[in-house]
Amino acid sequence: MKKISLLFITILMGLFPLAIWANQPVFTAEDMPWDDGTAVLLKWNLDSKADSLSLQKADSLGVYHEFFNEFSTQGQHIESSLEIGGTYKYRLIAYNRAAGDSSVFTGSATTKAQWFDMNKLSLLILLGLVCGAILYYIYLGRKGKELFIRRISGLDSMDEAIGRATEKGKPILFVPGLSDLGDIQTIAALNILSPLAQKSAEYGTELLVPCRSSMVMSAARETVKEAYMQAGRPDAYREENIFYLSDDQFGFVAGVDGIMLREQPAANFFLGAFWAESLILTETGFGTGAIQTAGTGQPHQLPFFVVTCDYTLIGEELYAASAYISRDPQQLGSLKGHDFGKLLVIILVLVGVVTEILGWGWFKHFFEGGGG
Amino acid sequence: MKRNAPLVVAFIAGLVVLVGGFIPREPFPSIESTLIDWFMIISGFAILLGQASLLHLNITRVKEKMPNWPYYLAGLISFALMLIVGLLWGMEQTPGLLGQGDGIVKSLGAKPFDYLFTNAFIPLSATMFSLLAFYIASAAYRAFIIRTFESNLLMITAVIVMLGRTSFAQLLTGWIPDKLSFLRLPELTNFIMEYPNTAAQRAILISAALGIVGASLRIILGIERSYLGGGK
Repeated sequence: MKKISLLFITILMGLFPLAIWANQPVFTAEDMPWDDGTAVLLKWNLDSKADSLSLQKADSLGVYHEFFNEFSTQGQHIESSLEIGGTYKYRLIAYNRAAGDSSVFTGSATTKAQWFDMNKLSLLILLGLVCGAILYYIYLGRKGKELFIRRISGLDSMDEAIGRATEKGKPILFVPGLSDLGDIQTIAALNILSPLAQKSAEYGTELLVPCRSSMVMSAARETVKEAYMQAGRPDAYREENIFYLSDDQFGFVAGVDGIMLREQPAANFFLGAFWAESLILTETGFGTGAIQTAGTGQPHQLPFFVVTCDYTLIGEELYAASAYISRDPQQLGSLKGHDFGKLLVIILVLVGVVTEILGWGWFKHFFEGGGG
Repeated sequence: MKRNAPLVVAFIAGLVVLVGGFIPREPFPSIESTLIDWFMIISGFAILLGQASLLHLNITRVKEKMPNWPYYLAGLISFALMLIVGLLWGMEQTPGLLGQGDGIVKSLGAKPFDYLFTNAFIPLSATMFSLLAFYIASAAYRAFIIRTFESNLLMITAVIVMLGRTSFAQLLTGWIPDKLSFLRLPELTNFIMEYPNTAAQRAILISAALGIVGASLRIILGIERSYLGGGK
């Protein structure tokens, strides 16, 4: 018992200086964690009597210069654009102007580039799980396992739309969005353009592809040309049907609207990235009586497409379209991986709700990028 | 070779950018910025292709006197006019071949390019954008026709949100006591926008993000090759 009492007193005595330290004004300078080695993190916890501060950095001669003076008793400042591996000296002067007093704190830090951004650990885990699932289902698809993929009516209707255009002797209009080739939505649109062009070549229906970006025009030309060759109709390919209109948003819209009104296409496809022009385009198409299919990753434009188009590809359907149309078992396997991803997200959301209700903030914090 | 080279380039570039997203140290940030620079350079050259396509298409249609050819002629004249005035007198602070064109700036109030941009291009652009108001009205009319339970629900929600965004909402429901303030139209609107609307939008965003992961993986691994024209 005596020993326990002695141990208890020792622990208390050990904690006492810590308790005193906790109330002491503190200033620290440290290398910014998990960065590319170009930033220093400065933290302070000042005396409550302090009313202003001056954060200073020493130059090569050791002379301090102020670079930050926004006052807060407890705060932090990240100094960026520094050199990797450099040692930097800092000084914080906390003023108590009412008492005519000031305290000086110093600190130094050496920047270091990290090999991994721990703030992205949760993202890496999720990405690993989703990619793992996709690869697993691709493997199953390769082995010949039958995979159930739900129907996407917007894509099933492609034949109907092309058939109607063929019957009416009218062209098909395909707009691959207004974004450049660096946008995955545009790539997804080009992936759908390929089977569409193949079918239009088979049916002998004219395909018009107005583009907002020259890069997209070049890629679309290659895509359509290859598709016509695959269909065995290279002679039917007309390069001038895939053309550049304008880089200007509403100039492009005016051009496409003009095409819809003059050429009266029987089927319109609006797939890719769209912004404020989405409704202007599709409402004009609705007015011409064309069968319309639209798809975008921009959630704000989806309601406009739903109202004005016959079929709308929502969310991941745009990215899944090419795999869905191809019916290639490998590609269909990857779609099954998407479903696993959705299940994972549902589970994480439910767990997140429960942990937040229980007051366990670490779960949300981890997925917000606080892995470090 | 023609098919495999783009696949190898896509694989290497995709993998480097993916890995670089998690490793903040050199050489990954430099590689990423270099790839972006390359994209910008290629885009610059592609602009010439676009202009060439535009000119070729319009000149052919005018030459062959195709239907509506005067429109194509108007397009060509506008293109040439902007190009010529831009080359001769420049735009904003940038001088042209004839310098800053002080004389013409005095009479027009701006450089010819800027004058045409402000007084012709911007109004035309604004006209196209303003069509949106009429199209929203006609599309909303179709969407709100009460046919099913869902369209009924949509109409009620839309009326609440539209009214809640106006000062009229306060006038209509401002009398509701503070205890029941959640029934006031602005509060109801905020609730609809903040919770059901945000939840639905996030669901779409998450599903789109999963689609992007799948599509990117297919492209990196060379399984998806439709953008190259398809084929095995």
